[in-house]
Amino acid sequence: MSESADTVLLGHGSGGQMMKRIIDDVFYEAFGTPELLAGNDAGVAALAPTGRIALSTDSFVVTPHFFPGGDIGRLAVCGTVNDVATSGAHVRYLSCGFILEEGFPLADLRRICASMAEAAREAGVSIITGDTKVVERGGADGLYINTAGVGEVPPGVELSGAACRPGDVVLLSGTLGDHGIAIMSQREGLGFGTTIQSDAAPLNHLISAVLAAAPHTRCFRDPTRGGLASTLNEFAAASNVSIEIDEEAVPVADAVRGACEMLGYDVFQVANEGKMVAVVPAEEADAALAAMRDAPYGARAARIGRVGEPHEGAHAQVRVRTAWGSTRVLDMLVGEQLPRIC
Amino acid sequence: MPTIDFAAFRDPDLVRALVARIRTTLGDRSLNLMEVCGTHTVSIGRYGFRSLLPAGLHLLSGPGCPVCVTANADIDHAVALARVPGAIITTFGDMIRVPGSTSSLAAEKAAGRDVRVVYSPLDAVALAAATPEREVIFMGVGFETTAPAIAASILEAEAQGLTNFSVFCVHKTTPAALRAIADDPETAIDGFILPGHVSTITGLAPYRFLVDEFGIPGVVTGFEPVDVLEGVARLVELACSGTPAIENAYRRGVPDRGNPVAQKLASQVLEPCDATWRGLGRLPHSGLAIRDAFARFDAARRFPVAIEPTREAAGCRCGDVLRGVIAPTACPLFGRACTPENPVGPCMVSSEGSCAAYYRFRD
Repeated sequence: MSESADTVLLGHGSGGQMMKRIIDDVFYEAFGTPELLAGNDAGVAALAPTGRIALSTDSFVVTPHFFPGGDIGRLAVCGTVNDVATSGAHVRYLSCGFILEEGFPLADLRRICASMAEAAREAGVSIITGDTKVVERGGADGLYINTAGVGEVPPGVELSGAACRPGDVVLLSGTLGDHGIAIMSQREGLGFGTTIQSDAAPLNHLISAVLAAAPHTRCFRDPTRGGLASTLNEFAAASNVSIEIDEEAVPVADAVRGACEMLGYDVFQVANEGKMVAVVPAEEADAALAAMRDAPYGARAARIGRVGEPHEGAHAQVRVRTAWGSTRVLDMLVGEQLPRIC
Repeated sequence: MPTIDFAAFRDPDLVRALVARIRTTLGDRSLNLMEVCGTHTVSIGRYGFRSLLPAGLHLLSGPGCPVCVTANADIDHAVALARVPGAIITTFGDMIRVPGSTSSLAAEKAAGRDVRVVYSPLDAVALAAATPEREVIFMGVGFETTAPAIAASILEAEAQGLTNFSVFCVHKTTPAALRAIADDPETAIDGFILPGHVSTITGLAPYRFLVDEFGIPGVVTGFEPVDVLEGVARLVELACSGTPAIENAYRRGVPDRGNPVAQKLASQVLEPCDATWRGLGRLPHSGLAIRDAFARFDAARRFPVAIEPTREAAGCRCGDVLRGVIAPTACPLFGRACTPENPVGPCMVSSEGSCAAYYRFRD
């Protein structure tokens, strides 16, 4: 049947001829780096001798696999690139492991791999090793991707979520909530006709630009699952400080705001895949913001809040000040808002 | 999606002016206002209004979260339906996590039953059409707002000739609950912030008895910051003036007469019935049942299942919270034994539940 030629079969994970064919035809075709084409069990590549590496890994299970503004492949590259980049490292190499479900269309796999290759090119990283497993139908939802990334940490760069100090300034690289709402708009029964695109993007160049302009930057974090609320609460807890956000200063697209109203979501808790939060000392804030705005994906960057002394005895250290002067607690999301968004 | 001019309804100057108007009208008086709708509870927390409004103005949460007012026995019934061989139970997200006497739909799902979240009963109809070999049951919780959608789903299933779709209908209607609260000697409500969404369907007429029989004013209120404060300001004025009335402060969403087309659609398929509410007990004519003519779409009649004996969670005071007798924070379980992660009662489960909202915005 023609289906067998066009879909993933159990044999594609067998270690034999069929597996060689899918590796050659799909993965080598898309990624084609010399390290990968060498065909060894481990990709071997050069690293600058800075003395420290940053290593991170992430698995991607999002459904649908294709959504406005991206797909699971772009997400798998950007997510890991961004995680490594938050350490201040120069991100260099990625691994990628595929878990494929028998029957998954090869055309979709090619599309996803092409998208990964494109995102890797954009980020300036190489995919140098990989793995393929095939599980029987029903054993996975189409495909899952795991990526790991490695980069060199330049000398003197010491970023940490525990480094925030009272007086520091909180910057955000762009609008909140686009990814979470874009995914939600594609889910069964939620076909509200929005034009919201996922923001999935590699932010390593943006981070490098901010670090160059603001060398005393305390930390970066990408507010993915749990949104800005989780990121800020993590910083506050790790640094033993309070954080106050100026609600009016936080950029949110009108369509995202509207969707959040309709669905009853707090945009501060909605996931992002192409945004970066930076905490910088006040005296470097202007330079950092200017660098962020000039960097790719940073045009709508804003100064959104400040770090303060901890509120003694209060459980909540992150608060939002509204336009009319009231404040409210910004807590972390409890439970799931929407499953499998990344 | 239609573009909404949010800025106008979030204008800081307007907000401050409304707060000042409320302060001036209230003076040093003390008033108990009840927000009937869970969305209002969330809005008030989110906009930080408790920190702005005068101390004498007590905003109490009412029975306006459909998940919260669903009785344990009804959850147990849904659990029993989930155990029907070959059945797929569909419902709204929050409902799945609410604990019943000994189980929940989430626990049944983990045990391998087919429980799915949908965003509309019409999704359940589509699922039934796509899986003709399975029985698809939609658990319908909600108020007047969603009743027309339930009716529409049954009519759609009928039009498609589906024989594997049914609804477990535990819908409720708000006026009976308001009557029970107004009549309750343990409560002392000076005014009702009436639900914006429900009223788009019902209009104002069903609330008139609050004035005629109890002398309590009510104002239909929207959900943006300016909407909420406009409703509260008007309600404070009505309560302080001693001239109770039912008014509409949400005219852009609510016509005074409601939505007659939706009302007709709902009543074509559904009829009033007695219903049990968590906290309020059994109230006459406070629920909606599927009419006999559509009995084949009624899961309760289609699947005679044994329902376990009802057990209430020890110490849970959701019932008192729903009546406005205590604030969520006054429940001894609040934030200790009962949190959104490990909820004991439904008010802590639903995102619109009073306890969850107080927990989320607690200081």
